[in-house]
Amino acid sequence: MMRQLHSLVGLVAAVLLVVLAISGAILSLDPALDRLGATVPARGQFSVATLAGRVAQHYPGAEQIQRTPSGTILVYYDRDGQVGVDRVDPLTGQGIGPHVPSAFSRWLKNLHRSFLLDTPGRAAAGILALIMLMLAISGIVLLVKRLGGWRHVAGPLRGTLVQRWHAYVGRIVVLGLLLSALTGIYMSAVTFEFMPDGAQNDPDFPSVVATGPAAAVTALPALQAVDLSDFRELVYPYPGDASAVYSLSTTQGDGYVDPVNGALLSYLPHDGIGSTHEWIHRLHTGEGLWWLGLLLGLCALSVPLMSVTGTLTWWQRRRSMPRIAGNSGAQAADAIILVGSENNSTWGFAATLHDALTQAGLRVHTAAMNQLASEYRQAKWLFVLTATYGDGDPPSSAQRFLARLPRLKVNPDTGFAVLGFGDRQFPQFCGFARDADAALHAQGWHRSLDLETIDRQSGQAFTRWGNAVGKLLGRDLSLLHTPVRPRTRSFELIERVDYGQEVQAPTSILRFRAVAREGVAGRLTRLLGGNGLPRFEVGDLVGILPPGSAIPRFYSLASKSGDGFLEICVRKLPDGVCSQFLHGLDVGGRIDAFIQLHPDFRPASGKAAVILIGSGTGIGPLAGFIRNNTGKHPMYLYWGGRDPASDFLYEPELGAYLADGRLTALHAAFSRVKDGAYVQDKVLGDAPQMRELIAAGAQVLVCGSRGMAKGIAQALDEILATVGLDVQTLKKQGRYREDVF
Amino acid sequence: MNKTAASLLLVGALALPALADARPVTLTTQMKDYGGDGAYLAIYVTDAKGQYKKTLWVSGKKAKYYKNLRDWARGSGMKASEFDGVSGASVGSGRTLKVTVEVADALIDAGYEIRVDSAVEDMRDHPGEVRAPLTTAGAGKPVAGRGYVKSLTYTM
Repeated sequence: MMRQLHSLVGLVAAVLLVVLAISGAILSLDPALDRLGATVPARGQFSVATLAGRVAQHYPGAEQIQRTPSGTILVYYDRDGQVGVDRVDPLTGQGIGPHVPSAFSRWLKNLHRSFLLDTPGRAAAGILALIMLMLAISGIVLLVKRLGGWRHVAGPLRGTLVQRWHAYVGRIVVLGLLLSALTGIYMSAVTFEFMPDGAQNDPDFPSVVATGPAAAVTALPALQAVDLSDFRELVYPYPGDASAVYSLSTTQGDGYVDPVNGALLSYLPHDGIGSTHEWIHRLHTGEGLWWLGLLLGLCALSVPLMSVTGTLTWWQRRRSMPRIAGNSGAQAADAIILVGSENNSTWGFAATLHDALTQAGLRVHTAAMNQLASEYRQAKWLFVLTATYGDGDPPSSAQRFLARLPRLKVNPDTGFAVLGFGDRQFPQFCGFARDADAALHAQGWHRSLDLETIDRQSGQAFTRWGNAVGKLLGRDLSLLHTPVRPRTRSFELIERVDYGQEVQAPTSILRFRAVAREGVAGRLTRLLGGNGLPRFEVGDLVGILPPGSAIPRFYSLASKSGDGFLEICVRKLPDGVCSQFLHGLDVGGRIDAFIQLHPDFRPASGKAAVILIGSGTGIGPLAGFIRNNTGKHPMYLYWGGRDPASDFLYEPELGAYLADGRLTALHAAFSRVKDGAYVQDKVLGDAPQMRELIAAGAQVLVCGSRGMAKGIAQALDEILATVGLDVQTLKKQGRYREDVF
Repeated sequence: MNKTAASLLLVGALALPALADARPVTLTTQMKDYGGDGAYLAIYVTDAKGQYKKTLWVSGKKAKYYKNLRDWARGSGMKASEFDGVSGASVGSGRTLKVTVEVADALIDAGYEIRVDSAVEDMRDHPGEVRAPLTTAGAGKPVAGRGYVKSLTYTM
């Protein structure tokens, strides 16, 4: 809900907000420039009477003296019937030059507050300030939620590149934007007189003044009593007007000064409303607070970046969410389908179920498990279709499901059924589906069908489950799911390095380039000097379709698109269709593949150390992270292979990274040598350093086989027990990430 | 502006008894290129000592800025009844304001004068920047202003 609000409001207002922000940022320079040009004497140096005396020497026809918030002294004068304004040196009273307000600044100011459209424009600007406030607040809420609470708000960020930029910059500027928005709303409210500004409280014009010859301006006690730093404005009496008086305005109040005896008349101190108004005005404009003005200006400059990254984030999210045709509203639907998917294949099954249920005459609502509503009023059926990630963990579209489930209002009329997707080769087959099934039952939901599982996207098993669902509904339900072949691109092998033949673990590092596309798109890419690769980062996945198969196999990427090549590290498995195919490729051979983003698995931003742990081909993405560690943050690599003579993957590269500082330390363990060891042994052997690094905020990224990952988690739990930490806690803080296969 | 003038005349016609001895006076106010936002103007009649008598015209729609038209504000008390039906939009830099108002015969050739107060946002106020004796002889003769007004001419 909060996210939709944030996206929708942001998208609608983005362009106008950018106009406001850029004009505001330029205007923010004014107070600082003013201050640069002003001589500001220290408090207590001289009074307004002294200043007026100095001014009188150079400007006999002075009519008004003004001190701007930044300290510039302006004198309005009449010389032989010609009026003018000069900036004046307060120390001498001598003119510095004529004061010519910049027409550009005036134009910009009108653009900023009214889009040059006067009253309707001012209303729009006020509404935009309100929108900015909503964006800032919803942004803070989303950020806090995403980082797991206020305590972690300064913590490392994850997500795609644009998401990270959005959150990273947003976190820095949000308070500035909040202040600008709040003060802007106030100023708009004052303009439209929804709020008082205290300006109506003027002192009464004095009815009685002393008679006699006017005294010299330097001799007036009321002016002698005001220090220059409290001074605002002094308006001289009109020549030839007998009842005329000086009007004096200071930071504390306003009043009149008798020109004969110099008494302060009808003085009215500023009330709370007036001074509050003034402060808010200064907080918004930075007048007299040039440093704040510059800070707010810098924050405002981020708005274009925030608009672009925000829009891109929205677009990415929208694109990654499979389109469900004819989706009903959550509260109107008879059947709810919740989907937990890591790489979208489960969404395909969900769409088939959605269509079949719709054809059977039901109103169906399909959503990600993370988008669990607070209730489903009309629901008769609740179907949960979910994959499992890693070692029984929820897939990315279901990560918040278990935490949110207790808030879902139990509907006694609803029956649920959970269908798990997975691969029986893995020990925690459909582990998360089991958890979800148990959790729903524990919350008091009625289980209509026992948990079913689908092994390796089996169409037959899905159809069987569909028959059971049909029986339940009392309708004929035929679920015929044919996996949709994802849209792929063609890549060509340009380099391969082979390892591990001697230790029965043939492993290759394969580098591909994009095959140039035909037509306009391809020509345009070449013209722009692009490498033609789709956008991806190290740690994302590439789905490869071996010839004759519609089911992709996923490999972790060891390069980012900016590197100019797509690199993976593949071990040949005896019965692996895809790995056999890849190992059989010669340079020049082609593959069909697509990119699957996997933003959770990558080093977080920030200066904290990164501990990379892997075994076998798990080194691929880890080596990629190190290659791209050009900022030379501390990175420690623990890796396990079989024999340094045969399968020391990336050995030459790692040596180079150690030499140039991209890699801080390398700890390699080999199992098939004398006194062989596994990587978890290396980790245990380094317990004190490990403890120290993690206690200091280090992040752990684990990549490799499931068994290894389990061993590492046990080893770290052991190591961290003495400092009261464990892997579970680190996972919750987002400091422990696994990419296992 | 013709429309305003016409409607003013209409108001005048309806209020005929009160304005029995009045005549239409056309005020032409030519502004300087002072290079700022639209100017607020108060055109009003005072006696020779500057005592406020009557408002002829007020330019500028936001009443909260009227206090910057200082002398007029003080004299009229900014009471809406004082400028009811004789106000309009602010006048831009270099523009000309031309309005026709009813002026009582008793104020003409009787030692009264027309004064103009002006104010522009972020620029100084100019109270009484124009002072023109309200006489039949003075009609048609432009009087220069000290501030934002280049000249004021009235014809009757």
